[in-house]
Amino acid sequence: MNTGFWTLTFWVGFLAATVRMATPLIIATLGETFAERSGVLNLGIEGMMIFGALAGFLTTYFTKSLWLGVLVATLSGIAFGWLMAFLTVTLTLSQHVSGLGITIFASGLAYYTYRAAIGSPTVPPTIKAFSTLKIPLLWKIPIIGPILFDQYAITYIGILLVPLAGYLIYKTTFGLSLRAVGENPEAADAMGINVYKIRYTALLIAGGLAGLSGAFFTLAEFNMFLYDIVAGRGWVAIALVIFANWIPSKVLWGALFFGSIDAIGLRLQGTAIKVPFQVYLMLPYIFTIIVLILIARNASYPSALLKPYRRE
Amino acid sequence: MEKEKIVEMRNIRKTFLNNVANNNINFVVYKGEIVSLLGENGAGKTTLMKILYGMYTKDSGEIFVNGKKVEINSPKDAIALGIGMVHQHFTLVRTLTVLENVILGLPSPKGINLDFDYARKRLQEIIQRYGLVVNPDAKIWQLSVGERQRVEIIKALYRNINVLILDEPTAVLTPQEVEELFKTLRIFKKEGKSIVFISHKLEEVMEISDRIVILRNGVVTGERRKEETNARELARLMVGREVIEVLREKTSVTEKSPLLKVEGLKALNDKNLVALKGISFSVNKGEILGVAGVAGNGQRELEDVICGVRKPISGHIFLDKDEISGRSPKEIIRLGVGRIPEDRMESGLILDLPLYENLVIEFYDKPPFSKGMLINYKSIKRFAQKLIKEYRIKTASIDVKTRTLSGGNLQKVILARVLSQSPKFIIASQPTRGLDVGAMEYIHEKLLEARNNGAGILLISEDLHEVLNLSDRIMVMYEGEIMGIIDRSKEKVDIEELGLMMAGAKRRKVS
Ligand SMILES: Nc1ncnc2c1ncn2[C@@H]1O[C@H](COP(=O)(O)OP(=O)(O)OP(=O)(O)O)[C@@H](O)[C@H]1O
Ligand SMILES: [Mg+2]
Repeated sequence: MNTGFWTLTFWVGFLAATVRMATPLIIATLGETFAERSGVLNLGIEGMMIFGALAGFLTTYFTKSLWLGVLVATLSGIAFGWLMAFLTVTLTLSQHVSGLGITIFASGLAYYTYRAAIGSPTVPPTIKAFSTLKIPLLWKIPIIGPILFDQYAITYIGILLVPLAGYLIYKTTFGLSLRAVGENPEAADAMGINVYKIRYTALLIAGGLAGLSGAFFTLAEFNMFLYDIVAGRGWVAIALVIFANWIPSKVLWGALFFGSIDAIGLRLQGTAIKVPFQVYLMLPYIFTIIVLILIARNASYPSALLKPYRRE
Repeated sequence: MEKEKIVEMRNIRKTFLNNVANNNINFVVYKGEIVSLLGENGAGKTTLMKILYGMYTKDSGEIFVNGKKVEINSPKDAIALGIGMVHQHFTLVRTLTVLENVILGLPSPKGINLDFDYARKRLQEIIQRYGLVVNPDAKIWQLSVGERQRVEIIKALYRNINVLILDEPTAVLTPQEVEELFKTLRIFKKEGKSIVFISHKLEEVMEISDRIVILRNGVVTGERRKEETNARELARLMVGREVIEVLREKTSVTEKSPLLKVEGLKALNDKNLVALKGISFSVNKGEILGVAGVAGNGQRELEDVICGVRKPISGHIFLDKDEISGRSPKEIIRLGVGRIPEDRMESGLILDLPLYENLVIEFYDKPPFSKGMLINYKSIKRFAQKLIKEYRIKTASIDVKTRTLSGGNLQKVILARVLSQSPKFIIASQPTRGLDVGAMEYIHEKLLEARNNGAGILLISEDLHEVLNLSDRIMVMYEGEIMGIIDRSKEKVDIEELGLMMAGAKRRKVS
């Protein structure tokens, strides 16, 4: 394989990997954007992704149907989203504690379910994962084709979700209510908006997308379930929301940026530059911290973020 | 013509813990009338109206709209019944545009899609019909208080309401804006709609209302038609005793020793424009220097700079011998400056803390309230008990969230906190905005008392009446400059001249 640094093949491969690696981040971050726009910080996201990864894998493992796996992963996320909403919106518990609690619970449940269903074989079982879906004609365009139009189906879904989320947030009555609720729930309530309903809806969306995002790891990126398969991407998504200033189109760019750092890691491991591979694995997280330092100061947080809403 | 009852509230009762806010109130609104609800701070006006608007649930009582008994459980129900409310504290989403705020919560003619074109057209119609000028695409945070209020009214009108409740709409408006508001309300009335108007300003109430209902301590204590009453009687019904305008005590300062000296002060406003253009003046011991002027001519920035929350670009402020410009707000308080800020909800109090903490929040780290790193809550609570008694702050207890106090009582909290420290210098900005005549009288009394005890006071107020009543000298500000200072020990105030100076049409040499 030609891994020369400056060849066209290298760059096309790098950019294609960037888009691929960005996929779960795009999906999860869009979901988190909905949650935070409504005023709820969903720290359950990491756990929801891990459980989504497991649910997708097991479903496909037993039914051989990849799309059924995707569906079940999404539904499992929605269920955890509902739990998060129940804890933080209905019971008005601390969003931090509820979210972290869900992450610990969901990941624990995922590992337990895996052991119960599969046991602990020396070689983890695999499924036949998604292969890339070449978009007819378009994939033949030089350079652009292989980068954008030779990707997994879930990647296409993720990219299409970006304008869809933008549309929902900025052009629909739901989106307007969502923005109002996250900014000033008292005002929204005074205008007859059901604050609880909006927050529940936002969290169901956030959960569903987190589950879907998790499924990408087990059904597309890899073909098996590993304990550290999500590897903190949920936390990266939390940072990305801030990076993107809660704007869907910027989520795309932010996710691609982080995807590219992942991709650099992948690519550089094969080149002559000799650095321990753990360094590459650290890169996304180091960048997360750097980006937050640079950006967080000017971030315009939804004013009601973290604030439970209770009516008098 | 038989008067038609639009809204009838019967035997409404509402208690908060052991505090009876509404005690079996009967209240009627007729078609095409403007009815005023008058009452002291904490009388229960807002509570009654929030029940009608579905924001509070009543303990007991019945509500009829157009003769039919109704249950109003949320603002949505109220709006559906044609009832709209503009709150004492606005309920707008700051980061959204005017247009977005107006259509918030409404179904769209295009289903799930927002229909901005349609909304814009209807908004323009309302703007034109009622003379409520505002830019539909401006974000709320960019608007002045007067404009925000127009947005609130437009919001209600957009929902085709027949009864509009206005909770102290004029407290934050300039006199010109009040006139404009009244014009709008009259058009409204002509169309056969009804208005419930809450205000503490008796002249306004006398000017705009057809009928006046007076509340005291949660019960209706009187009802008058406008023709059969006057401001004096209304004041008595409200407070339960004769109210005498405080007259300025004639103990004028004999030896003038400057206390606060401002020299060549320049500062920017939030939009980074020059708001103070190098002003110089001084405040003496034992005097009240009143600042007259239309809002937005640098008063706010002057307050901020003196309190240390805004850095000047150049110039000095001395308190006695100490330079205070550039110091932190805390140091400035320590040096003896008491601040009664314009924005009592945001920069005066922390509304979610209990009342007793707010009463010491500027000095809780000093003995006897703390010792070393430890806070002595016992002494804080004792102190708080003493203050609420002394200042007659109406509250269920000192442990409640400060948010639950009525507007007038919130202001008393700040006043009590400031005066308890016997500051050398007090800056009081709009100290009686939104206060009933009784509370206003009380605060004026207290400020005069502080002055007579030797404190220097800078009184910033849009209420010309207040400035004239209290000040020893009057300083007029216009576009960040001082148009002149009138020393009342030397001359009588010529109101016309004052008006011209406030409008920037006349300038005196400032010595
Ligand atoms: N949410 C609440 N929780 C507890 N007590 C409350 C609450 N709202 C109002 N109160 C109390 O009920 C009483 C009536 O308050 P309300 O706000 O109706 O007075 P108001 O007549 O509107 O006064 P103001 O003129 O100062 O606005 C006050 O004693 C107040 O402290
Ligand atoms: Mg009130």
